[in-house]
Formats: sequence, structure tokens, C-alpha cells
Amino acid sequence: MPHIIEIKNLTHSYQKKIPVLNNLSLDIEQGEIFGLLGPNGSGKSTLFKILSTLLFPTKGSILFEKKDLLNSREEVRKHIGVVFQNPSLDKKLSVFENLIFQGYLYGLKGKKLTQKINTILEKLDLITRKNDKVEILSGGLKRRVEIAKCLLHNPKILILDEPTTGLDPSIRASLWKDIFALKQEGMTCLITTHLMDEAEFCDRIGILDKGYLMALDTPSHLKKNIGGEVVTFKSKNINDLSQKLKKTFSCSTKILDDELRAETNNGSDLLTQALKTFPQEIESVTLSKPTLGDVFIQKTGHSLEQ
Amino acid sequence: MTSKILLPVYSLWKREMIRFLRQKNRVVGALGQPLLFWLFLGIGFKTTFQYPDASSHINYLQYFYPGILTLVILFTTIFSSFSLIEDKNEGFLQGVLVSPVSKTSLILGKLLGGTTLALLQTLFFLALAPFLGFSLSPFQFFLLFIFSFLTAFSLTGLGFCLAWKMDSTQGFHAIMMLVLMPLWFLSGAFFPETGLPFIFKLLMRLNPLTYAVAGMRHLFYFEAPGFLVDIPSFDLCILITSLFGVLTFLYALFVTHHKSC
Repeated sequence: MPHIIEIKNLTHSYQKKIPVLNNLSLDIEQGEIFGLLGPNGSGKSTLFKILSTLLFPTKGSILFEKKDLLNSREEVRKHIGVVFQNPSLDKKLSVFENLIFQGYLYGLKGKKLTQKINTILEKLDLITRKNDKVEILSGGLKRRVEIAKCLLHNPKILILDEPTTGLDPSIRASLWKDIFALKQEGMTCLITTHLMDEAEFCDRIGILDKGYLMALDTPSHLKKNIGGEVVTFKSKNINDLSQKLKKTFSCSTKILDDELRAETNNGSDLLTQALKTFPQEIESVTLSKPTLGDVFIQKTGHSLEQ
Repeated sequence: MTSKILLPVYSLWKREMIRFLRQKNRVVGALGQPLLFWLFLGIGFKTTFQYPDASSHINYLQYFYPGILTLVILFTTIFSSFSLIEDKNEGFLQGVLVSPVSKTSLILGKLLGGTTLALLQTLFFLALAPFLGFSLSPFQFFLLFIFSFLTAFSLTGLGFCLAWKMDSTQGFHAIMMLVLMPLWFLSGAFFPETGLPFIFKLLMRLNPLTYAVAGMRHLFYFEAPGFLVDIPSFDLCILITSLFGVLTFLYALFVTHHKSC
């Protein structure tokens, strides 16, 4: 697949302080759902702002379909759709009015615009709410109108900033259905998120932490690379147990949030052996397949929640 | 080409109109406050106020009227500046900024929106004039309309420049009290410059709003020169007010062209 966006050596710092993005390079492929995963302060919002042409980075280059994104922003803006975390809808206007005015901003007008609006509202199941004022819509519907608004000008890529924040799980799921449907039609989607389960839905993810790109791959590859399985121990004397496990089974261990994590190829073996050898020291033990959460911990040394 | 610039301007302008009409309290507030100001201050000062030219028999309600018209415009443009900050905080503006709309269109849409609202309120206030003892000829009315447009456009521009970098309406309140209201107090709307200390006179002559108020005064009383003591000539008023409008527009272009937005 050709690359729609190519980011090279991107660095950004606000007011000459510590960089919030460090020499970041990554490509986004045409037609994929790309997830930017990271906690607050990881730099993903800054990257989002730069990609949506709102912020000029300190250093580095970005190509959008081989064109220089940073220096031809007016041109690029015609081809990107940006879904903000704070809705950009005017609450005092109806759904239809919001879309009409958005159309005008992109130079669309007349019958063509009205038809386009109706098609999109139909597709996103919003047509019955067409004349409702935005302020009376639920959070989920607002977000969907927001997406409708960004699709009006047929963008080549949708950039979504934490699109499911503040939404109920069921509405989250339906929003992802919309995103998958867009992908089916060939749309490229770039999504920032701090939720593991959402990152799982992406074709590829980039893990951002403290401004560094720590990993970049498909979720399944990332999980596979972490090794076999993860055994997590709880113990009163966690450091002691860690030393003992290392000595006895020569496995790699890590202490995190009062838990001892051991990564190994055969988790059930380690679990039973450890229980037999150190029955006194172990309070509880769990065995799990690696999740993206484990990937995140392995790559960054801390959990995403922190 | 025209639709590329004008269609977005129309879009932003019309949105401003719809929003205004759907927020009734804005309409009431912007009209009510100057009206109350005029009546309360006017009646209060009526007995003690003495105009420099005693032979002209001008009372304070009459003296104050052109200044209150300017205040109506000032208040409406302040409301528009608030709306810019709201657009920013509520997120509407970011949607405009990532669209291909040029900064010129964005500014024009916003300024013309604010100007139109100010003009509507000026018209309403002018419609009251006959009941308050003023008789305006159609020509006078027309000139007042044009001059109000110039004033409204330049003041909306000033509000835009002040509000662009702000992220809270509280912050703008401070600006309003520290910059915009003193500008109005020292515009000759309240009192003539006659007999004031030199420094005050200088401040008033440097204040662009002085020329807006004086222009209004000329238009109301051009047949009664006794009412026009110690104010700049009408030509100068038009020149300065137009220039002020052009400068605030250019400055708005300058502040919005910052690389990071």
C-alpha cells in the first residue's frame, strides 16, 4: 500500500522547553486504521495538532501524498477531515445548518451540497435528526454529526482525536462500526487513543511515550514479539521472590505496581513450578496471554494508566 | 474565485445572525443597557450639566445621545468579541481553522457579522430618536447609518484583535473594563474636552473613539453649530474612523497569521 502520510524526524517543543515530540518518524498507509496509543502527556495530542495543520513543528518534515504538508497547508486542508475531541459543532444550530455552513467553508453549495448532506446523514443514520438543534442531541449522536461534518468534502484521510472519550461502551461500539464502514470504502483513518481495547481495533499502532515512538507494528505482531505468556505474582516480600525466581528459573522479571511480572514461553510450567517451590512466598498468581497493555509495559517500563 | 472568498464569509456571517436571534437575552442586554445608561445618567446630570456654549441651551440628555449611540455599537462589538472566545473554547473555531478558508474570509465573516448586529441595534436606537425629541431627515439618517457602519466595523476589528489571543471570557472582561470602557469615557461621549487639563485633552485627541463620537455629534447637530464646540471636524472624523477600521483589519490579519494556528 502506498503511504498517504510520511513523517520524518519530527521534533516539537513548546517555547524552547523539553521536546514533547522527539525525532519521530512513521508512515501511514493508504486505507488503514492507524492508532496512536499513549497516555496523557505522551505527545499524541501535539502530533494530532501538527497533522491537522494547526501547529507548526520545531523540526522535521511531513509529506501528505508526496506533498509537503507543512508548507502547503491550505492545499492539504482540502483533503483532510479532522474530528476534534471538543466538538466543533455550533450547538445553537441544527444538524442540517451545521453541515450547510461547513459545506460553504469548503466551497460547496446548492443542490449538490444538499444532496451530499442527505446522503451522509442517511449513511450515518442521522437523517431523522436533521432539523434538531445540536444542543439537544446525546453525546454519541453529536460525535456522529461531527464525523458527518468532516466527510462532506470527501477527505482522503480522517484524523480523529480520542473519538470515543466520554461515550458509553455501546455507543463506542457503534462508533467503531462507523469507522470500519468508512475503512471499507477506502478511507484512511488516524486515531489517537489511550484505550488498549480500542488500539486492538486498529490495523497498526504506534506507541508514544514521553514524546518518543516506542513501538510501531500491528497489534498481533506486537503481542507476539513480547514472548509467550505473562505470569503475575503477588507476594508480601516481592523483591525476595523476584530474586528467587530469577535464580531458580532464570526468567526475566519486573516489579510493577506491587506485582511481580514474569514473561516466559511456557507460563503454565513456570506457574506450577513456582507454586511448588515457593508456596510460602506466593499469595496469588495469574497467568495471561500478553495484551497490548503488556506490550506497553514492556516497551515503556510503566503501565498506561499512570 | 469570488465564491472561494465570499461563500465562507457568507457562511460565517449567517451563522452569527442565526446565533444572535436564537439568544434572546443577548438582544435585550445589548439594547437595554445603553438605554438605561442614557436615561439614568442623562436625567441625573441634567440639572448640573453646563455646556461650554451657554447660549446653545443644550441639555445633558441631548448632549449624551450621540455618545450613547457609540456605546450601543461598542457594547454589541464587545458581545461579538465574546463570541469569538466562545467559538474558540467550544471548538467551533478549530473546525474553521482546519478548513481551507483563508484568514481574510474568517476575519471578514466575523467582523461583518458583528458589524451587522451593531447596525441593527443602532437602527433600533435611532428609531427611538423621534420619540426622544430628535427630528432626523432621511439624509441625516442615511449618513448616520454609513458612519455607524464605519464605527462598528473598526470597533469589531479592535475587539477581534483583543479577543484572538484570549482563552477566557473572564480575561476579556478585564480588557473591557481596562481598555474599552476608558476609551469610551474619554471619547467626549460623557463630557466635552473644554476646560480639561492638557493631558486629558491630549488623551482624548489620541483616542480613536473620540472621532467616532464627534462624527455622530456632527451628524445630529450639523444645523446647530452651537452644539459642536471643541470637537474635531467632520472630515477628520471620517478619515480617522475609516483609517482605524483599516488598521484593525490589517492587525487582525497579522495576529491570525501566526504560524501555529
